[in-house]
Amino acid sequence: MDLKGFDQPGSAAAGETRSVKVMIAGGFGTGKTTMVRSVSDIKPLTTEETLTQASADVDRLIGVADKTETTVSLDFGKISINDSLVLYLFGTPGQERFWFLWNGLFKGALGAVVLVDTRRLASSFRAIEEMERQNVPFVVALNVFPDSKDYPVEEIRDALDISPHIPVVACDARDRTSSRDVLVALIRHLKERSAVVLESR
Amino acid sequence: MSVPRRPTDPSGLERYYVLTKGRSGPGGSASSLDVATLIVSRAAPAPGMQHEHAEIIRRCREPLSVAELGAHLHLPFNILAVLLADLLEAGRVEARDPIPAHDAGRGPDLALLEEVLSGLERL
Ligand SMILES: Nc1nc2c(ncn2[C@@H]2O[C@H](COP(=O)(O)OP(=O)(O)OP(=O)(O)O)[C@@H](O)[C@H]2O)c(=O)[nH]1
Ligand SMILES: [Mg+2]
Repeated sequence: MDLKGFDQPGSAAAGETRSVKVMIAGGFGTGKTTMVRSVSDIKPLTTEETLTQASADVDRLIGVADKTETTVSLDFGKISINDSLVLYLFGTPGQERFWFLWNGLFKGALGAVVLVDTRRLASSFRAIEEMERQNVPFVVALNVFPDSKDYPVEEIRDALDISPHIPVVACDARDRTSSRDVLVALIRHLKERSAVVLESR
Repeated sequence: MSVPRRPTDPSGLERYYVLTKGRSGPGGSASSLDVATLIVSRAAPAPGMQHEHAEIIRRCREPLSVAELGAHLHLPFNILAVLLADLLEAGRVEARDPIPAHDAGRGPDLALLEEVLSGLERL
C-alpha cells in the first residue's frame, strides 16, 4: 500500500483525477445490476439512501406508513479510462419513483443506457420517459434473454416511440465485452450529437 | 399521548442522528455533491476529530467518489453529505464534481468523449 505523507502532495495524476458518470437505467429486472457488474473494474458496490418517516409523502409512496426506515440502493461500478479519468456507472433502482432520492441523479451524467427486455417492453417505458424529460441523451440496449424473440429493430423503435436517431443495440448484459460495446455505442452517439450541435453554430 | 421510550437500538436512524448532530441535509458547498463527485483529502485527520470525519480523510488520500465512500462507511448519501459538508467547510477535503458532457458556456466537450471512447476501446 502506498501511504503518502500529507505534507507531500500526491502524485500529479492522483491530484488531477477527474470523473465522469454514465447511468444504467431500464425497467425492473432488465439486467441493470448485471451490466454494472460485468463491466466494472472493481467489485461492484452499493450505496444507499434511507427514507425516513419524516417525509409523509414518501411513506405514502411506498405504502408503509408504520415503517420508520426503508433503504433503497444504487449499484455502481467503475472503469479506469486512463491515469487521470474514471468512469462511474450507476445502475438505477428498478423502481423509478426512488430516483429523486439522490440529488439530481442524472444531472452531470454524460448519458444513459436504457436496458430493455423485449419480452416486457413496457417495463422500460418509464425509464425512457424520464430520460426524455430530464434531457439525458441515451441509447437503448436490448438485453437478450434465452426466450427473447428476434423483433425487427424498427418494430421495437416504434413500440418504444423513440426518435430515429437514437441507437438501438442488442447485448448480453452478463458479458463484459458486450456491455462494453453498449457503452461504446453510447459515447459514439454522444459524439455525433455534439458534432451536430457544433455544426449548427 | 405515550411517553417516548429511550431507543434501545443505537443503529439506524438514531445512529445517523448522533453522527450528524441532528442536521438533516448539507448546505453550502456540499449541496451540489453528486454520487460521482470525487473527494480528496487536503489535510491529516486532527486529534479528537469525530471518528467518521477522520475515517473519510483517511480513505480519501487518493480521490474516492462519494458513492464509494458511502458503500465503505455504510452511510446513506444524505448522512454522508452532512459529514462531508463539515470537512469541506473546514478545508480538510476538496470535492471535484463529475465532468458533464457539455458545459453551459463552452458547448459539447468532444475531447472528453474521445478520451472516454479510447479508454473503453482498450478494455
Ligand atoms: N439470459 C440472460 N439473463 C440475464 C441477462 N442479464 C440479466 N440476466 C438475469 O436477469 C435477472 C435480472 O437481472 P438484474 O441485473 O438483477 O436486473 P436489474 O435490472 O438490476 O433488476 P432490478 O434492480 O430488480 O430492477 C438476473 O437473474 C440475471 O441473472 C442476460 O443478458 N441474459
Ligand atoms: Mg438491480
